[in-house]
Amino acid sequence: MQLKGSQIVVRTLVEQGTKLVFGFPGATVIDIYDALLDYQDEIRHVLVAHEQGAAHAADGYARATGRVGVCLATSGPGSTNLVTGIAASFMDSTPLVVITGNVATEHIGTDSFQEIDITGVTLPITKHNYFVEDVNELAHVIREAFRLAVSGRPGPVLIDIAKDVQQAMGSYEPAEAVRADDPVLGDLSQLDAAVACINACHRPLVYFGGGVLAAGAQREVLELANKVDAPIACSLMGLSAVPTNHPRFLGMEGMHGRYAATMAMKNADCIIALGCRFNDRSTGDRTRFGAAVHIVHIDVDGSEINKTTSDDFGIVGDLRPALNRLIPLLDQADHQGWSQLIQKMREDEASQVDTRDGLTPRNVLMMADEFREPGSCVVTDVGQHQMWAAQFLVLSQPRTFVSNGGLGAMGFGLPAAIGVALATHRRTLLVVGDGGLGMSVQELATAVSTRAQVTVLLMNNGTLGMVRQWQRLFYDRRYVGTTLAGYRQTDYVAVARAFGAQGSRAQSLLDLRRAFGEAAACEGPYVIDCAIAQDELVLPMLAPSGGLDDIIVEVEE
Amino acid sequence: MDRYTLAILVHNRFGVLNRVTSMFRRRRFNIASLTVSETETAAYSRITVVFDGDDIAKEQLMRQLYKLPDVVMVRELDRDASVNSELLLIKLANRERDKRNDILDAAGAFEAKIMEYSRDAIILQLVGDTLLIDNFIDLMRDYEILESCRTGVISLARGAGTMRDGIG
Repeated sequence: MQLKGSQIVVRTLVEQGTKLVFGFPGATVIDIYDALLDYQDEIRHVLVAHEQGAAHAADGYARATGRVGVCLATSGPGSTNLVTGIAASFMDSTPLVVITGNVATEHIGTDSFQEIDITGVTLPITKHNYFVEDVNELAHVIREAFRLAVSGRPGPVLIDIAKDVQQAMGSYEPAEAVRADDPVLGDLSQLDAAVACINACHRPLVYFGGGVLAAGAQREVLELANKVDAPIACSLMGLSAVPTNHPRFLGMEGMHGRYAATMAMKNADCIIALGCRFNDRSTGDRTRFGAAVHIVHIDVDGSEINKTTSDDFGIVGDLRPALNRLIPLLDQADHQGWSQLIQKMREDEASQVDTRDGLTPRNVLMMADEFREPGSCVVTDVGQHQMWAAQFLVLSQPRTFVSNGGLGAMGFGLPAAIGVALATHRRTLLVVGDGGLGMSVQELATAVSTRAQVTVLLMNNGTLGMVRQWQRLFYDRRYVGTTLAGYRQTDYVAVARAFGAQGSRAQSLLDLRRAFGEAAACEGPYVIDCAIAQDELVLPMLAPSGGLDDIIVEVEE
Repeated sequence: MDRYTLAILVHNRFGVLNRVTSMFRRRRFNIASLTVSETETAAYSRITVVFDGDDIAKEQLMRQLYKLPDVVMVRELDRDASVNSELLLIKLANRERDKRNDILDAAGAFEAKIMEYSRDAIILQLVGDTLLIDNFIDLMRDYEILESCRTGVISLARGAGTMRDGIG
């Protein structure tokens, strides 16, 4: 049938199962907005305050559900404002379809008003992108974008559509929602050698990243760990794939990873690495990482094998079929000595636990956990609070920890939490710092307009805490550009009220308990401005570019 | 460090070369030469890239290439199992009469073709592998080189097989 280009865009989104579009209108997408009106029963459009929020919200939606998140923006500034959000999605491999309008084809390349070469700008931060010049290709391109976004290693795909293409009549034939490509097994040439290595080792560690969540391979991970009798650690992106209270689980490893997880990595003689990319925040000094161990690395993206570390054995393939191939070939192991060593590490870790009273990061987050609905999501922004959340929160179901790991974009939290709350229809806990909340605070407007069930736990220490921590530890306490208390005069409870949200301040655990209670009973967003001491540190810490044995577990006042 | 030649079959679409070279730049691959042209099939273009690195870098490069949806096929072309060629155009000053015969002798020895011959300048064209062309340029440094350019290597595997054979 013949439809207007903009109608084809929205029809194809509907056909692909899109329920929510986060966006902000502008001159070159008015036609798409016009078409959205015709499909308002099928697709809900969420107007954000700033396009970056649209990308982060769509990303939050994608992270919580595993489905494609969709956002929409106009040409020029609309599209450039998306860039940080697209990059955040790209770095963490989340499925996103980003639609931008552009000026009419005849004006392309002439620097016309609000014309930006957004396919050029986003080339290195998208899995793929398209500039659509032919209305008859629209439906096909959108379907391809959905397929690419979720197939193999997920990622963001951008579709830039010239305004005249949206207005032209073109052909549209209804189609089924595309499915992800079937899980593939790639290069298995090193499988046998990997099996021999794992069977011969004495101190195995199963270490995984966000790939386990993308592949839905959490059951296989546990099966593997049981078979080889190994403890389990993960990267920030892997959190929530294995329940935090699982007896084999040591928690997050890395720069601010938990002590036992880091020690297990340091002492293991074989690391079975699944769906992870050995980012520098996980490995520390790469020349010292894994020097004495064998690494068996399994990833759907073959380019991750040997990218940053010297992997002894690389297996390329989707995690579920790869593990289902690997596990039956392995001997049932029993590493008692190693288990005892791990137990000792856990005891050492327990002895380091912060037992202070008051609004310490641990106490605050433990109380937050009390008020969380089982299975509801936690979203974080970026900084100290993010690491505390990663260390302390109890996570029992996959995809319940949403955090921007790779890009580390402050400002991610609030819009992402809105996306998560709207996707899951459950009260979502946002853990955020005062620096990061300031970067996207305008999205409180979106949270209010959508009545998003977000409890904003603002861990307000009046400083850009992570940078302050580095200034304290590595820059001789020269605090420059990081102190907000006494410099800014922001009253976040008043800000919340100004946007039409509720909120209150917590100066004690008693206040905090009352605030969480109010938040739970509240219909929309609720901001808790919780006072945290300025000099709280995230520990343990691996010194930047240090090795795993350079772990800092305490710091003198 | 070794030198590798890779042939990359890509969809013949607008902007594909940009995607490929952008990836090389972003990931800091050390590219010695790169050529691109249409092929026997309108649907595909062929990029021949010569790059310096080790085996791990080559593997990484090939895997990064395969992540680009427009890349159809990547093949490493072994020097001995393929025909490698590039083309050189070199312009030399021709004003000094006593050197003219020397230049022509060298051109003859290398079977370079004379593309222009005037009182002021001589333009030679040479087709051959990289080493031959390097040697010829080196020899021409005895004279006054006004300008030169070369295409970079193109390469086909020996035998009847084609890259398209590998496409499922």
